[in-house]
Amino acid sequence: MIDRETVKNVAKLARLGLGEDEVETFGNQLSAILDHIHILQEADVSGVSPTAHASRLTNIMRADVPQPSYAPEVLLANAPDQDENCLKVNAVLEEA
Amino acid sequence: MTELYKLSIHEAGELLRQRKISSVELTQVHLERIREVEPKVKAFTLVTDELALQQAKEADKRFASGENLHPLTGIPIAIKDVICTKDITTTCGSRMLENFKPPYNATVMERLNEAGIVMVGKTNMDEFAMGSSTEHSAFFPTRNPWDLERIPGGSSGGSAAAVAAGMAMGSYGSDTGGSIRQPGALTNLVGLKPTYGRVSRFGLVAFASSLDQIGPFARNARDAAILLQTIAGQDPRDGTSSPTPTQDYSAALSGDIKGLRIGVPEEYWVEGTQPGVVSAVKESIERLRELGAKVNPVSLPHTKYGVAAYYIIAPAEASSNLSRYDGVKYGYSYRDTTDMWEAMEKTREFGFGPEVKRRIMLGTYALSAGYYDAYYKRAEKIRTLIKQDFDKVFAEYDALVSPASPTVAFKLGEISDPYQMYLQDVFTIPANLAGICGVSIPGGFSEGLPVGLQLLGNDFKEDTILRIADAFEHVTDYHNRWPSL
Repeated sequence: MIDRETVKNVAKLARLGLGEDEVETFGNQLSAILDHIHILQEADVSGVSPTAHASRLTNIMRADVPQPSYAPEVLLANAPDQDENCLKVNAVLEEA
Repeated sequence: MTELYKLSIHEAGELLRQRKISSVELTQVHLERIREVEPKVKAFTLVTDELALQQAKEADKRFASGENLHPLTGIPIAIKDVICTKDITTTCGSRMLENFKPPYNATVMERLNEAGIVMVGKTNMDEFAMGSSTEHSAFFPTRNPWDLERIPGGSSGGSAAAVAAGMAMGSYGSDTGGSIRQPGALTNLVGLKPTYGRVSRFGLVAFASSLDQIGPFARNARDAAILLQTIAGQDPRDGTSSPTPTQDYSAALSGDIKGLRIGVPEEYWVEGTQPGVVSAVKESIERLRELGAKVNPVSLPHTKYGVAAYYIIAPAEASSNLSRYDGVKYGYSYRDTTDMWEAMEKTREFGFGPEVKRRIMLGTYALSAGYYDAYYKRAEKIRTLIKQDFDKVFAEYDALVSPASPTVAFKLGEISDPYQMYLQDVFTIPANLAGICGVSIPGGFSEGLPVGLQLLGNDFKEDTILRIADAFEHVTDYHNRWPSL
């Protein structure tokens, strides 16, 4: 069972703002989904190694040669706010 | 020549090369068709009519100069709005990216532009490719051309509907758990998910990176072969793209499947599959037998864990991938505060829709301290077991056959419970977890609505499943049927 506190805690971990009604809805829905997912506990996985991806490739390297990149103004064209070719953000550190 | 939009890609290509029609003419017919039926179907987030006509003129110039042309030169194609198109909005069906114009093309787009396609537009989808009905688009739902009261499947519902309605001759989508095959099944198309690593994911906006693949929608196997060939192959910009050489998919279509060993997974006859789907699929399996295939039941014992494992792994990867949407670099940004954390949380609260939030929450929960071993790690072990099931079966079989979806297209609003919606992908999810290829093909009708037949092939056996799909078309006419719109 996912209670309101758990929902709020997970949302905080994900930096996801939720409305009060969403806290309620997601609590109920996630509980129901996890009930279904509980079937995973039935499987015998002893001695089985995990699969993270299906490509079966490891350590694909490219030659360490510099490649041209994009001009800053191209990459900043979608930025919500910018100043002197930099992304402009709210203050990260609180004032003392 | 008003019905030019009903031609297949290979037929239209022949007429273009013989200069019996021009690409401009072909494109205008499709744009006219869009004007006529798009208000009802709503397949596109953006119709790129000016670009299309410009590309068509370019194509005609190439035809006039007798250049060595590609089978897709001058052909009208639609692109799912999750594939980056340089300077053209790529919304992912989300408010978050409503105005986002990528500074680069996806590798797939580069290849298509080199081939000289005519892009008619970007297609609607469930937000960030999460959904099975296209109802989770932040903008509007797409309708199924076979019945406008019904959904076209998802998440690539717009790409499917565009081709089914004759607004594009082929299209591309992405398939993470069935998002090409299920909408293909529900709209009477060939919808192919390539083997993981067959097609570059560079420029495909990430949902679940260990599962995502781009693939084509077509109205027949021969067109699907052309559409796949154009985008297949290794890409230095995607480290998970495979060095395994591509096959000649068109040459593989011999029409002959005599002696081919086809397995029918017993676990895929599950409760909840509509009787009309079961009977259409069983009848289709008989056709394969008549074509000379050796069809036998097989067992994939860990199938029942597929959906549950997927709904841990995919949301876990999504919660990580979607952490990039923070309102700082691009996309929607909440500006009405000077507090950094509040801005980030509100950006994500207002920028994401309910299904995306649900999956971020689920994924974050599954990855959080105390639950990681019980959920995420266990799901990855079950993924190994599912892969081993396929390895064993493919040691003795060339392909597998099953329904593509447990139901025909359902009505808008009919499925409101999230987990019921997730069960739409019960037959398609295992292939994504194992990385193998799969295709849904027109496999009959139930009460006037299309039923999809799914063919699964081992790693890099796209040639085999397309060969079966093509042979099946020789003895059926389902793929030739059109919805009345």
